[in-house]
Parts: sequence; structure tokens; C-alpha cells
Amino acid sequence: MGVAEVAERPVEAGQRVPTVIVDDVHVVYRVQGPGTPGSGSPVAALSRMLTGKRTPGLREVHAIKGVSFTAYKGEAVGLIGSNGSGKSTILRAIAGLLPIEKGGLYTAGQPSLLGVNAALMNDLSGARNVELGCLAMGMSKADARRAAPAIIEFSGINERGDFASLPMRTYSSGMAARLRFAIAAAKKHDVLLIDEALATGDARFRKRSEERVRELRAEAGTVFLVSHNNQSIIDTCERSVWLESGVIRADGPTRDVIKEYQQYMNRK
Amino acid sequence: MPDTAFADPDAGLSPAELAARHGLGFAGTRPSLVSYARQLWAYRHFITAYANARVSASFSLTRLGRLWQVLTPLTNAAVYYLIFGVVLATRHSIPNFIAYLCTGLFIFLFTQTVAQAGVVSITGNMGLIRALHFPRACLPIAISLIELQNIGASMVVLTGIVLITGEPLTLEWLLIIPALALQMVFNAGLAMGLARLGSKVTDLKQIIPFVMRTWMYASGVFYSSALFAQHLPKWAAVAVEANPMLVYIELIRHAMLENVPLSSSVPHLWLLAAFWSLVVGIGGYVYFWRGEQEYGRG
Repeated sequence: MGVAEVAERPVEAGQRVPTVIVDDVHVVYRVQGPGTPGSGSPVAALSRMLTGKRTPGLREVHAIKGVSFTAYKGEAVGLIGSNGSGKSTILRAIAGLLPIEKGGLYTAGQPSLLGVNAALMNDLSGARNVELGCLAMGMSKADARRAAPAIIEFSGINERGDFASLPMRTYSSGMAARLRFAIAAAKKHDVLLIDEALATGDARFRKRSEERVRELRAEAGTVFLVSHNNQSIIDTCERSVWLESGVIRADGPTRDVIKEYQQYMNRK
Repeated sequence: MPDTAFADPDAGLSPAELAARHGLGFAGTRPSLVSYARQLWAYRHFITAYANARVSASFSLTRLGRLWQVLTPLTNAAVYYLIFGVVLATRHSIPNFIAYLCTGLFIFLFTQTVAQAGVVSITGNMGLIRALHFPRACLPIAISLIELQNIGASMVVLTGIVLITGEPLTLEWLLIIPALALQMVFNAGLAMGLARLGSKVTDLKQIIPFVMRTWMYASGVFYSSALFAQHLPKWAAVAVEANPMLVYIELIRHAMLENVPLSSSVPHLWLLAAFWSLVVGIGGYVYFWRGEQEYGRG
């Protein structure tokens, strides 16, 4: 596909190759649940059925309201903003995991989302989860088997005895998060989207994972990073986009954007 | 943007033109039907690994573990035999009633469990869907594979019951394999169709048990299907006799039991079975594929 083409095209001086183009994107969540108190009662539901009114329980949450930016090869872009500002949502949309309501979203190859909440199976052993996770990322059976020892080694879950053969429900939350990060980081990616993954684990693991992200970035071309830890954004990204309530408030060099963001947060 | 300040050939292009110039694809476009099938084939190891994982996870907290795959159908057969064979004694004209009942029951449960698990296969895996990129049809297909494993265990139990009740082992038993294969295709289509429906209409999960129970009574599990022709008006009897579940059940009964009353002739049953597999299998696949991009929304 386009990836190879982009890679082979000689990069002329001053010309940069776009890898992700986000053009006036809107994302809307539709949430089923009781809206106003009392609307979930059987009587209310029955009267709705008789009168033919639309379920009030179906609520729309307009999470992203017209966001546009372009990311280039070799760039690391930080996404910052307060809780619920739409950072994770825009990452999921770029990864093609959430459908967009309006606008255009173009990517080179298939971007991969590397999150801490990639659901694995808690009743299965860590080793089985590694295999399953690798296959879910599209690895072949042989590749998955080859990658498994390195993943377990990287996650460090075996540092205190043989935990890889124990069910994941017996893991501490930090161990589980480390294993999930290790699985997700085992594959090469065209465009890599990282959601808070660097915040997991202890200081030693954080250092190791930041190193891994730098390697991935060297291979990948473009990295997006969502984090509430401003220091890790400053360390990793030269450019940052600040989202607030689903719209972009600032887009530019990380230091300037972070400064503005901190002023905004302190003022509140 | 600062990067367009100097002579840049990309300057002045609209985002769509820029994307086309650098060969970027529209994110989240739906693949064609054929390439979707190819993707599913590429993910076959994930499907089987996921199915196996689900099976061992569901038994991981029990002491007897996978033994339950055999114990569950055995207990089921015992309960239904107690009620219909001993308490109500509904033997009618059916020669080997216990074998007749168990065949119907196990074959029906094969589809029933697929329907029940299929309807939540998208809504119950939202975390996985929002985190990883894989063809979503892997999930309902894995569900039908899990039940294929379970029917395998049930068939072992059933073989025991049928042989103990005095039926001979004949070459006709080989027909079990194509019959189950057809039912498997039917189940996979049903699981895919229900998965998409269930992701849109969340109330469906509550309705499915009642639908399945009604369907069970219309499939001649507990009584001879000849009763339908005697008691129902003509059009209803024709509808019931075309019922895919009745067809799959009768094919297995025909394969395993001697002197079993059938609702239609054997070639007719095979034609109906093939028809239902094709219609539901392909229909479910196409219907599911059309929603491929929506499943992450929830």
C-alpha cells in the first residue's frame, strides 16, 4: 500500500511527508442509558412504545468537534488536555477503531493504538495472553511464538518467580499493565498511538518503556502520545496539540503549548 | 502551519488532495467482501486461539474443569428424561424415546448456545474492539467454534446413550459429519447476524431466551414431529416442517436411529439443510460485514 511508496519517495529538503491527516473530524458517542430520572421505569417505557416516541435513554455525546491537523514522518506529537477533553477519542478515531461522524481522516498504513486497557483474558495465564495478544495484532503463529519470550522478559513479570504461567487475575495491577504494554510494544508500527502507557509500572519499568518508545519511534515514523504527565511529553515530543472539550486550543512546539496549558489549568 | 512557509509543493493543497498525493488511505474504510474473507483467513489462528482461550477460561474456576463439557449434556439428558420419560411418560409412538429426545435436545442446544453467546459477542467485547484492530467477524465465528467443540463432547455422550438403548452402529452414522458441518455454517451465519443486531438493539439479549424456547417447541425436540401435521393448519405445518432446526435434528436422528418417524423424505431434508446453511451463512456474513466500521461506537 501507500506505506512503501511514502518510504521510497526521496524526502527533498524542506518537504515533509504527511503520515496522518485529520481534516475537520467530528466524533459522536451514542450512549444507551437512563437519561432523565424515571425514564427507565416500565410505565415510561410502555408509554413510549404506545406513543411511538424515541428512547430518551439514547444520548449523544459530541466528543470531538471539528479537529484538524497534519502529522509528518519522524514527528512525535503529544496530545494534552484535561480529563474528558477527547484525547483518547481522537486516538481511537485515528486508529480506525471508532467511526467518525463527519470530516476526513487519512493515514499511512494501519496505525496501531498502544493502550494500557487493551482487554486481555484474566482467567488465562500470562503466557497464553501473550500468545493471544500477538495473534490479535495480526502476527503469524510462528512469529507469536518467537516473540513471546522477549515480551515476558521485557514486562519483567517473571522477576519474582514464575508468574507467566499463573492466571492474570492473580497479577497486581502494575504487573498486568506492564504485560499489556510489553505485548503491544512487541510489533513494528507505521504510525504508533500511545495512550497513557508510559504512566504504568514503577520507575524502572517506566525508563525501560520510554526507551522502547524511542526505538519504536525510530522505526515507526510518527508517534502520538497521550499523557497527563507533562514531563514525559516534554521528554518525548517536540510538537504538542492541546485539546479542550473536543476542539484544539493550541498546536505548536511542546514547550510553548505546555506553558499555555499549565497557565490555563492553574487559573481554573 | 509553520511548515508551509517556504516553497513547498504541497502548499495550497486541500487535505484530501494532500492525502492522495502521498498515498494515504482513508482511515477505517470497509474492505471489500472478498478481502474481508481474506483478512478473516489471515486471522484464523487468532480465531482458534481465542475460542480455545474462552473455553478454558470458562472452566478455569471449576474443580472438574473441562470434564463439564461432558457432564453438562449428560445432566441435561438426565433431567429431561426424568420429566418427559418418567414423570409424564410421553412415549407416544416413538420407539426409542430417550435416544430420540437426547438427539433433538443436543442438536438444538448446539444452535441455542450459539445464538445466546452470539448476540453479546460484540457488546461483551467492547474493550477488545476499541483496543485492537482485527476483523470483527472473528468474535462471532469464534463463538460458533466454541460450540462446535462442545457439540463434539455432546456427540460422545449421545453415542453412548444411543448404543446403550440398543441401536446398531451402521454406516449411516457417517452422515453425522456433513449434517453437523451444515449446521455449523448455519450457526456461524446466525451468530454473525445476531452479533450485529445485538450491537444495535441491546434489548435483543433479553428477548433471545423466549425466542429460543418457542423455537425449541416448534422443532419437535420432545415429541414426534408427526404431531404437527395432525394438529396444525396446513400452512403452519408446512412452515414448521421447513424449520431449519427441525431439519438438522431429523438428519441426525435419521443417521443414528432406526425406525425413526421423519417429517419429510430424506433427500428433501438434505436439500432444506443445504438451503438454510447457504442462506443464513452467506446472509449473516454479508449483514455483519456491512456494519464492520460501526462496532467500535458501542
